[in-house]
Amino acid sequence: MTNPVQALSKSVTVNDSPFMKPMEWLSLLVLAGFVLVVLPVFLDGFRLNLVGKYLTYAFVALGLVICWGYAGILSLGQGVFFGLGGYCMAMYLKLEASSVENTKIQSTPGIPDFMDWNQITALPWFWQPFKSLPLTLILVVAVPVLFALVISAAMFKRRVGGTYFAIITQAIAAILTILIVGQQGYTGGINGITDLRTLNGWDIRTDSAKFALYFVNAGLLIACILAAQYVKRSKLGRILVAMRDKEDRVRFSGYSVAGFKIFAFCLAAAFAAIGGAMFTLQVGFMSPSFVGIVPSIEMVIYAAVGGRLSLFGAVWGTLLVNFAKTSFSESFPDLWLFGLGALFIAVVLAFPNGLAGIWREQIEPRLTRRVKALRPAPVAIPHGTPAE
Amino acid sequence: MFGEYSLGDLGAIFAMQGFAGLILFSVYVLMALGLAIIFGQMGVINMAHGEFMILGAYVTYLCSTFFQANLPALFPLYFFIAMALAFLASGALGMLVEWGLIRFLYKRPLDTLLATWGLSLILQQAYRTVFGAREVGVELPSWLIGSVQVTDTIEVPINGLFVMAVTILITVSVALLIYRSRFGQQIRAVMQNRAMAGAVGIDTERVDRYTFGLGCGIAGVAGSAFTMVGSTGPTSGQLYIVDTFLIVVFGGAASLLGTIASAFSISQTQSTLEFFLSGSMAKVLTLLAVVGILMLRPQGLFTLKVRR
Repeated sequence: MTNPVQALSKSVTVNDSPFMKPMEWLSLLVLAGFVLVVLPVFLDGFRLNLVGKYLTYAFVALGLVICWGYAGILSLGQGVFFGLGGYCMAMYLKLEASSVENTKIQSTPGIPDFMDWNQITALPWFWQPFKSLPLTLILVVAVPVLFALVISAAMFKRRVGGTYFAIITQAIAAILTILIVGQQGYTGGINGITDLRTLNGWDIRTDSAKFALYFVNAGLLIACILAAQYVKRSKLGRILVAMRDKEDRVRFSGYSVAGFKIFAFCLAAAFAAIGGAMFTLQVGFMSPSFVGIVPSIEMVIYAAVGGRLSLFGAVWGTLLVNFAKTSFSESFPDLWLFGLGALFIAVVLAFPNGLAGIWREQIEPRLTRRVKALRPAPVAIPHGTPAE
Repeated sequence: MFGEYSLGDLGAIFAMQGFAGLILFSVYVLMALGLAIIFGQMGVINMAHGEFMILGAYVTYLCSTFFQANLPALFPLYFFIAMALAFLASGALGMLVEWGLIRFLYKRPLDTLLATWGLSLILQQAYRTVFGAREVGVELPSWLIGSVQVTDTIEVPINGLFVMAVTILITVSVALLIYRSRFGQQIRAVMQNRAMAGAVGIDTERVDRYTFGLGCGIAGVAGSAFTMVGSTGPTSGQLYIVDTFLIVVFGGAASLLGTIASAFSISQTQSTLEFFLSGSMAKVLTLLAVVGILMLRPQGLFTLKVRR
């Protein structure tokens, strides 16, 4: 007779399972092959840059899979972190583009053009750190994560969660957008920070730079997928799932629920921030239209379409929705919003697990049956169920 | 920032801004009342609430053009008919949505958010297709135009007074409906304990449908009132949805009194600050204050003490 406690701890121990199952390695290989080989070979420079832009949204979707799918925290303010990361990068690039000789026609040379238009004569204090590239690279992640830490610590320590958290994050997205638009002299206002030229002397507007940045972006995305996979597979990931399903039981078992939630939220913010910075580099500007409520909720739908529990699904979902958006809104601009709206409803009502769910429930079993028919079935190892 | 104004001027500024705030307050209360019923009582996050409001606004606009063209004699009274029609149209659409969408999602509140957001996109595009992307305004009957001169420096617009009267009327009727009628008793019973309410013979599905319809119908009336103070466009509703949710949460969901108190404080703060700062900073400061208070006091201003 097995001791129930032993049985329980055995089923919780996950370190004996491999880092990724064979199927997951295959998924990674397929995704990497598609993004790193197929797309660059078949697409022209313009389209590849467009895909690079979509892939920056995939960072956000990836964070949402951890934060929403695994930890059960729905954030409607991911645009905030995407935007903060993007703005940090844009501020550095803008300062580099507004050197004294580039801006000598201004009444105050050496400051960004929109500040000069708004009668600001000195660089504000919060722009000062962005003169240095290493500091910028740190701040790109540090600023959004710190912001996420403050928000989530305040909320989760008081056990605010679920719908309330969603509404508050949404309000924060709205506040930040209004603030950026309103403080034109400091932030560039509704137009955002535009006319970015060089990164430490390297012109990012050329085709070769865009090509290189695409690969940097894709590489970072794959690194983030692996990091998320590490979190998902670790004991931490199991606690996140347990917390999502029965928060009180996890709390009564002695875990600090708030701490884990804060971690998941900050991790999602860090991913979103990297995506935002890469967006600025590839697209060449950053504006408040990527911060507000509408983009934030759209990014949730990318994760939902891909499957809120699937890391690879998040990337495929992002690519699919954005391809659909581009091709639809090019040919039938009126129909696109109907389509997007219907997509939201369909994903919630009919496919709550998204593309990954369809794959797992419909396609994978059939494939396995085919494969099994070809070779002798392996001996199944029975899993012990924990005693209730 | 008060230095350059005399005391009398300040009094007049506060009175005028306070009154402008009261009109904002009326629209907020009407929108938040519907949302408080849907979110507070049913737990459904209706992101399409703003679009239900705009439906009411468009119905009012249609009524105004119809009466102007066909029944000019009755034009002074069209607003009352428009309000009733707005209530019916938004309420009926609400019941349809509940039947077709919401009832499958009662156990997944976060998913209602995504589904109703999708619905709001569809409705926005539908309005754009039917009414065009341009904003439309309604023609006010002559008795609603003009203002009442209270003192030399303070004057009060009549349409604002009218909107406030409507708000008070609707708030009182909603309160009576929920706390004094048989149907209201059923609503409260279902929201407090669905299983028990079903066990004592209340048709909970029917109650859900009518409650959702009621909330949406009130949003329609809010839209009708909204036409008097602003113009209507396909995306006008979206501008109000965040504020409205914050009002409901700030007031303490499930408490009608809290909703009114929070709508009052938020609208007054915003409109008073608007005079001294730019409009965007006034809004930022108000919303920040609300979010800050909610972080310290997550249950909102008023709470309902019910064991769940």
